[in-house]
Amino acid sequence: MYSTSDLRKGLKIEIDGQPYVITDFQFVKPGKGQALYRCKMKNIMTGTGLERTYRSTEKIGKPDLMQKDMSYSYPDGEHFVFMDDTTYEQVTVDVDVVGDFKYFLIEEMPCKVLFFNDIPIDLELPIFVEKLIAETEPGARGDTATNVMKPAKIDNGYEIQVPLFINEGDLVRIDTRTGEYTDRVTKK
Amino acid sequence: MSLQTKKNALILRAKVMARIRAFFVEQGFLEVETPLRVQTPAMEDHIDAEPSGDHWLRSSPELHMKRMVCAGYEKIFQIGPCFRQGERGARHLPEYTMLEWYWTGVTSEALIGQTCGLLRAVGQGFGNTVFGGVDLAAAPKVYTVRELFQRLAGWDPVGAFDADRFDFDLVEKVEPELAKEKVPVVVKDFPAERAALARMRPEDPGVADRWEMYLGGVELANAYTELTDAAEQRARFELCAEGRKGRGQEIYPLDEPFLSAMAQGMPECAGIALGMDRLLMRLLGTDRIDDVVAFASP
Repeated sequence: MYSTSDLRKGLKIEIDGQPYVITDFQFVKPGKGQALYRCKMKNIMTGTGLERTYRSTEKIGKPDLMQKDMSYSYPDGEHFVFMDDTTYEQVTVDVDVVGDFKYFLIEEMPCKVLFFNDIPIDLELPIFVEKLIAETEPGARGDTATNVMKPAKIDNGYEIQVPLFINEGDLVRIDTRTGEYTDRVTKK
Repeated sequence: MSLQTKKNALILRAKVMARIRAFFVEQGFLEVETPLRVQTPAMEDHIDAEPSGDHWLRSSPELHMKRMVCAGYEKIFQIGPCFRQGERGARHLPEYTMLEWYWTGVTSEALIGQTCGLLRAVGQGFGNTVFGGVDLAAAPKVYTVRELFQRLAGWDPVGAFDADRFDFDLVEKVEPELAKEKVPVVVKDFPAERAALARMRPEDPGVADRWEMYLGGVELANAYTELTDAAEQRARFELCAEGRKGRGQEIYPLDEPFLSAMAQGMPECAGIALGMDRLLMRLLGTDRIDDVVAFASP
């Protein structure tokens, strides 16, 4: 169990059997009143927001969470299969957990999978992923402006905004946290 | 924030201090200093003092300043550090700066106008009175605790007080509404159970003559028409000690020199404490108290 002195932004706690991450935390002490700890949190599984206020004497549940280093293997219908880097055990992760990351997964990509009570509930990808541009309007030669963007599709159909000088067949780097183009990968 | 990047904030801090001193001197107030190390801290329900050898560090200068009031110092103010154990957050430091003043011959009502005058003077010194959406020069909105709680929390804490519910509703339901106000807000007439060292209203003994000022939903100052009856003061300390004992908190010895000064005669007066760091947060538009002091305790 956690006590209120452990509370801080980013701490993962458990309420009614659900894992939450604290997104905002405020120590408050209304005039002449008791110390209270106001927390805003997000359900790690559903993304739903929740607000809770704790007294200094309260205990807060500690979730059984474990993050494992795993490599992405292959898609399997509505699931994605990952392999534990140390035990080689295979784990299927639900498409709801993978979300838009499904567009960025590459075979053998090193990922971190978060388990809650042994169920995979969250996924972390490397920050940058390199993808080929499959479809876009031809680039304007010599136009190196980076502030004017046009739509483009990567090989799996995911659409991003890229600068005008990007052409089909170019390799680009995408930030997996935002899903946005960052730069062109120069071929050697 | 590094010390270098805080430089502008700290220059502003010094200017505000100077302006506040000038404001009080102009109004005939005497600047005083009272001990930081005290033999007994002012006992309150939820304030824990920091020990200092065989003394404590003051959690407030209140009792010493009131001894000066009893001795005939009619208008006094003090700016200095206070210490409170375990209080640390975006708006709390365990060592912070308090502006506290006492005015003989008036009630807390007079302090509303005076505090607004102080805010106006501070704001005008910067050629601007609107800070973080709150106009410091505007007339305050004044609400009673009763009306706020009836409207926003659906109950009346006066007469049927529930400490736990009061604190939660204040923090979760009332303060967020006060945060929407564009002018200073005064919340007055607290339930008797939250009187602290304030006098009860003679016409309504269930209500304490105490108010709190909020700027943008953040508590800035706390004022009383002071309790002057030594017997009642002793009884309140004893009740407070009992409550602290029940919650497993430390009990401090009664401040006998203070009680005896009061017994010899304390004039009718009003007093107020204002968090200097909180005021500076508002002026600087930051929601982190660390940004307005050179060295914030971890």
